[in-house]
Amino acid sequence: MKQTVDARGLLCPQPVVLTLKALVSADEVVTIVDNQTAVENVTRLARSKGCAIAIDKKADGIYLTIHKGDAPVEMTQADAAVTCPSGEPAAGPLVLFVPSDCFGRGPEELGERLMGAFFHTLRDVEPKPATIVFMNTGVKLVVEGSRALEDIRALADSGIEVLACGTCLGYFKLMEKLSVGRVSNMFDIASILLKAGKIVEL
Amino acid sequence: MAIVDLFESVTECGCAAKVPAQELSGLLRGVELPADPAVLVGPDTLDDAGIYKLSEEQCLVQTVDFFPPVARRPEDYGRIAAANALSDVYAMGGRPLTALAIVCMPSRLVKDGVLRDITRGAAEKLREAGCTLLGGHSVLDPQAKFGLSVTGLIHPKDVLSNAAARPGDVLVLTKPVGTGVTIMAVRAQLASAEQEAAMNRCMATLNAKAAALARRCGVRCVTDVTGFGLLGHAMQLARASDVALEIGAEGVPLLDGALTFAEEGLLSAAAYTNQDYVAPEVVYDEEVPQPQKDILCDPQTSGGLLICCPPGRLRELVSWAREELATPCGVVGRVVAASGGPRLRVRRRAFSLEEASAS
Repeated sequence: MKQTVDARGLLCPQPVVLTLKALVSADEVVTIVDNQTAVENVTRLARSKGCAIAIDKKADGIYLTIHKGDAPVEMTQADAAVTCPSGEPAAGPLVLFVPSDCFGRGPEELGERLMGAFFHTLRDVEPKPATIVFMNTGVKLVVEGSRALEDIRALADSGIEVLACGTCLGYFKLMEKLSVGRVSNMFDIASILLKAGKIVEL
Repeated sequence: MAIVDLFESVTECGCAAKVPAQELSGLLRGVELPADPAVLVGPDTLDDAGIYKLSEEQCLVQTVDFFPPVARRPEDYGRIAAANALSDVYAMGGRPLTALAIVCMPSRLVKDGVLRDITRGAAEKLREAGCTLLGGHSVLDPQAKFGLSVTGLIHPKDVLSNAAARPGDVLVLTKPVGTGVTIMAVRAQLASAEQEAAMNRCMATLNAKAAALARRCGVRCVTDVTGFGLLGHAMQLARASDVALEIGAEGVPLLDGALTFAEEGLLSAAAYTNQDYVAPEVVYDEEVPQPQKDILCDPQTSGGLLICCPPGRLRELVSWAREELATPCGVVGRVVAASGGPRLRVRRRAFSLEEASAS
């Protein structure tokens, strides 16, 4: 099986981590990077796992083609925790995934109002999620001026982990306006989603 | 209070965020500094701190050090930043007296009380060092940075410079190496909780006892190992002292897991910059494996003291160090006369006590 990892724009250790994860299941992995540190680090990773590596510099990035050797590639103990154990999918926590500031498809104004109502109602319904992840335009809900701010803050105060995608906050230039929860990165968010027993996406 | 993970928004951690040494060395060229005979140690020798003579009996030791988060927890970050800043004073043989905090912080971390926790951690280490915090200066900044400017006192005769190594001296390192790769492994979730905790303890350990041991053993030449890695700082010491150094890679104490992390490619960009920095001055024996070479250039945060011990006092120093220091120390090499060739020679095998102290 062949797998491609596009690690352009990512800083170390992410290219190494993503390549390692791909190598666990795939026989051939092509990792695309855009800086020399990532080239050196992914090369070291490949050699340490007994894999052959070929480096091809193209106009749009540096392509590292890795062929797995005879030995299986395994993850260390900390790594394994990231993978969802297939036998017991329901064992993980309940995660609420919010990739938009609008609830459902339709007029924007309606969607925003519904989203406000959702978080207001969430304070009174069970079961509560362990973590709420805000991504893409969803991060607008956790910054200054959001109509849902007060309700999300109350949820956070009750012990629910509230995470906002750092890349998204940066994209919308809202990093300084974050008013509830903490900034997170794709690695942590991906880990949380994969470890979840159940994901509810709005 | 919200639980924060300070690694979430940083790109380079700790001393790995330093401006490359290559760029720093050219910085002061063409800049006219006021000549002052009271300056005993200035910028030219790239020493750990500056020394300014106040009287025949007393000198000021001054240093400043700050960096982006090196730990997930604010209190750990504060402890480590303080231990790291104080280390420059210890590396000169001084006694820290006062400190000023340097703070660059996003407003949400100030509001959330994170800055208070960082300061609490730093204050704990300052108390341990007997050093007073007089104040500081803070700036709102989207990327958190924290550190201290520390002022100490020292008798002119007690100054431990990086320019006083003599052929025959033995190189002893007082903390394990590998904080750069271990921080990367923590961020990659490839380090265990024990490995992370051991690293944090190590970085938060003051170099006060190590400096006191060096003084007790008649040592004149010390530097602390930080952002330029063991080889980067060793090279600066060798140049400043006009000597050459032989390093035995396997004698370098390492944090648990560090060599594996290096092997798996968890190196920071600064590790490669450091390799380029030392490249003209280092010769590796053929049998030194790549991960060993990589770890020797790994940028360290709040690393140990690299002590040039007179050979006759080596056993004394090592036995005291094993008894009194909280961190493992190791004999990492020896000082030889400069030959006009590269300043650093690295072999794989460790130097034994006998071999290291044989002239």
